[in-house]
Amino acid sequence: MGRGSNQLIASILVNAIYAMQGYPTWIVNNLLSPISIIILVTFISKGALIGEAIAGALITLFVGTGIMLQADLAHLKNDFKYQDMIVSSPTSAMTYMVGMALSNVIFIIPSLVVILVLAVIYIHASILAFVEVFMVLLLLYLFSVVLGFFLSTFTSDVMQSWSFTGILSLLMTTIAPVYYPITYIPLPYRYAFYLSPTTYAAEIIQNMLGYLPLSTMALALDWIVIIGLSIALFVVAIKKNKWREY
Amino acid sequence: METLVCKNITKSYEKGKKALDRLSFSVPAKGILAVIGRNGAGKTTLMRILATELMPSSGTATMNGIDVVKDAVKMREMIAVLPQESRAVNWMTPLQTILSYLMYRGMDYSEAREKAHEALAGIGMTKLEKTLNSKLSGGQKRKVLVASILASDAPIIFVDEPTTGLDPISRSELWDMLKRLKKTHFVFLTTHYLEEAEKLADTICIIDEGKLKGIGTLGEIRKLVKYQYSIKILEKGKKVKINEGEEVTGEDGFAQIMTTEKEADRLSSRFIKEKVRFSINPMSLEDIFYYVVKKPINAEEEAKDYGTWF
Repeated sequence: MGRGSNQLIASILVNAIYAMQGYPTWIVNNLLSPISIIILVTFISKGALIGEAIAGALITLFVGTGIMLQADLAHLKNDFKYQDMIVSSPTSAMTYMVGMALSNVIFIIPSLVVILVLAVIYIHASILAFVEVFMVLLLLYLFSVVLGFFLSTFTSDVMQSWSFTGILSLLMTTIAPVYYPITYIPLPYRYAFYLSPTTYAAEIIQNMLGYLPLSTMALALDWIVIIGLSIALFVVAIKKNKWREY
Repeated sequence: METLVCKNITKSYEKGKKALDRLSFSVPAKGILAVIGRNGAGKTTLMRILATELMPSSGTATMNGIDVVKDAVKMREMIAVLPQESRAVNWMTPLQTILSYLMYRGMDYSEAREKAHEALAGIGMTKLEKTLNSKLSGGQKRKVLVASILASDAPIIFVDEPTTGLDPISRSELWDMLKRLKKTHFVFLTTHYLEEAEKLADTICIIDEGKLKGIGTLGEIRKLVKYQYSIKILEKGKKVKINEGEEVTGEDGFAQIMTTEKEADRLSSRFIKEKVRFSINPMSLEDIFYYVVKKPINAEEEAKDYGTWF
């Protein structure tokens, strides 16, 4: 394998494999958060919304781990001075960031497997629909990773990072209508939930799985918002990137 | 000859505060270069600039002919850095810590693993290689990080205050590691422990308020001071008339006289005769530091406001 691959694997080892080995309770924590809401929504809806809830759990997993990346980066940079050791090594900023982003996907694999098993059992959709759902999830993950990078440039303390993570996770995956269709929210209040990008992603996914009918125009708008926000945040994050400080 | 050359390195922060002010020097890039200075003197800023972590506001620096400002990518192949207050990541073991760091430097897994085993054997920590870093002592954690940079094969090593907060035994062990290291590497060490610089360094650089106050071997640094001896009078408030030299009063309240060999001989004879308790030593690096900087190494900036020393 090439040098770049070794550097990517190093990030995956540090921030995923070794983290899971060292503190396995994180795996349980990752799984419990979305599972608890699946249970809640399923029982309250008497089973009617189990499909939507499982789809929402997938959104939570990908968005949650993406946002968590900013806390991971801040923790390694500020508490362990680990990033300083890497800055002065042959690893480039891009390789480190891509490696860290990949590490957080690896970190959710155990939870992903459990939720995918539930999805196969309870969501009756075509394979093509599942593929499309994963494309949306991937885009949503990229958005949340970029958001994480962007926020990590503002934080210098891990306590502050954790508070950002908590607030954003709540706003984007618990309060936003990702575990149920937005049509359950009364109309005057519904517009407020469109402030969260996950609302657009949930609409796309729920539409693909047959839970939420949407016009072509509404669907196109959802895609434009998600892609547009991701690109805008990516540009800002690149500009504010502090690998070698000035 | 391999050299470290700094030309007018300046680093300014907001509000115009200069962390480094036109720092220029040239030293051989071999053995240990110890940069000493008080907290906030600019040691870490200089190290971070040379280690390609921080851009200077102006000026240039080359190490073994490589421009650290313009050619950071090339420089990073040559260096390994142990930052100030760095800690071994809690959720990893010593083996995982070294292995992953070596992979970041480009080694493949099996080579990195082999090197990590060797490095841990080298510091006598093989038995602890699978223990979580969170369960190691402060000294052991620091040794793991030092072993990581040693295993990297980088010929230039930067260590920023590596022994701060360590107990005397751990400190001594780390000094032994650095002594071994300097035989094969160029080590850039920052410290505010003058004893550390005196014991380890081949070249000493004194920085204060971002300015260079002196650089050279300990012998050359001694020449910055016209006195060779330091006499401490171990009786508080004792007034002594000296013919040549300078008298100061330390934080402990004892008078200290920096003077020439001839005057030291005269004073010590007199003190013996008068049964005055005193100690006499050649000027230490601490004495020299005080003489050059006009403040003790451990003086905090705030002390100026209250005039605690004089």
